[in-house]
Amino acid sequence: MWREIWLICRKDLTVERRARVTLIQIVPTVLLILVVFAFAFDANPSLLGAGAGGLFWVAVLFGAVLGAKRSFDIEAEGGNLDALRLGGLSPAAILWGKAMALAVQMAAVAVFTAAGLVVLFSVAVTDWLLLVTAAVCGTAAFAICGCLYGAMTVGLRSADTLLPLLLIPVAAPVLLAGTRAFDVALGTSADQGWSWTALLAVVLITYVAVGWAAAGPLLEDA
Amino acid sequence: MALLDRFPALAGVDLSVESGEMVCLRGPNGAGKTTLLRACAGLVPLRSTRAEVLGFDLIADRRLVRRHVGLLGHRTPLYGDLRVDDQLRHCAALHSASDAEASAAAERFSLEGRLLGVAIRRLSEGQQRRVALACVTIARPQLWLLDEPHAGLDRTSRDALDELLGDAVTAGATVMFATHEAGSARLAAARQVTLAGGRVSMSAPEPGAGTSADVA
Repeated sequence: MWREIWLICRKDLTVERRARVTLIQIVPTVLLILVVFAFAFDANPSLLGAGAGGLFWVAVLFGAVLGAKRSFDIEAEGGNLDALRLGGLSPAAILWGKAMALAVQMAAVAVFTAAGLVVLFSVAVTDWLLLVTAAVCGTAAFAICGCLYGAMTVGLRSADTLLPLLLIPVAAPVLLAGTRAFDVALGTSADQGWSWTALLAVVLITYVAVGWAAAGPLLEDA
Repeated sequence: MALLDRFPALAGVDLSVESGEMVCLRGPNGAGKTTLLRACAGLVPLRSTRAEVLGFDLIADRRLVRRHVGLLGHRTPLYGDLRVDDQLRHCAALHSASDAEASAAAERFSLEGRLLGVAIRRLSEGQQRRVALACVTIARPQLWLLDEPHAGLDRTSRDALDELLGDAVTAGATVMFATHEAGSARLAAARQVTLAGGRVSMSAPEPGAGTSADVA
């Protein structure tokens, strides 16, 4: 199983290394979202600083939508998903391999987004451990959720609009808990940061469980 | 019977194919040739009393046959952003083949030198078809299922494919292909099965070939 997961993950990362879609298309889009918000809030430093946590997660969520769409577009193209099935790969291995690769790409997006926040909004981190733990749990949750809905919509003509419509509402708990945890890590709130991070971990575990249960039905007849 | 979006693409196909046999599927567009090939690969759910391929029951669990089958449809299942050598390495890893086997398959379809470093998206249709055929070769299938296998190939590649299929049959593999073309003398010697309306309308047996194992 692990060999199969690694095979898919390595293939997706090789595709990314050759095409550089994350670096050339997704990261600039995510950074543009930050710039647009900065313009919208009239470059008000206190307002931007207070909303930095939420902006981070909104930007990464949109990055995950683009990444998940791309991840399954390459499988729909030319019938590659059939080729993977003929290789005897289990649906779970395909799903987790793609989720792992997407998580790596989303981690890169999160790093660039965080750097963008520091540069554009001049935010300061007060609790690095909380920030990194919340970011890891949140991006992994986005990656799994993105792959689940990517698998659900792969090959559909309406996938372009259907994927964000399905994914964004389901990812709302991550958005909420991640924002609260980041507010504490960035010193803009005195909330229970670790409680929100624990909630993020629970959401992540839930997505993992749903992924195990749904991989077969989603990818067997996709 | 196989339903595609509630349309009966196959409606009671009665066909038996011997191992080591080469079968050519013919018929008009929409006759069910592609669906039959996909069904034999275990990619289409079937409703039937009996459907067996390579000894695997497609009604009980159609996934089991997949690892033993090589399918090349109309489209080429390749990753456009990968280089040719990346794609061949991926296929070799997917089918647990060695680097030597991957190189031999690539060589058979003249995928050598600078071509290995070119992104698949930049290749011509015929070159992409050659990469896809090399990937099927790497899989070492017991049953070859090919839909219009000569489409887009030049004379040399067509000859290489015909020779490869001949070698596969000699080694005991079974070949089923769908085509509208007259094809080479070797492929013209294959047993001709004509489909129409999702059923076998005519089956002309190859001289000396028996029919015992059910393919679909």
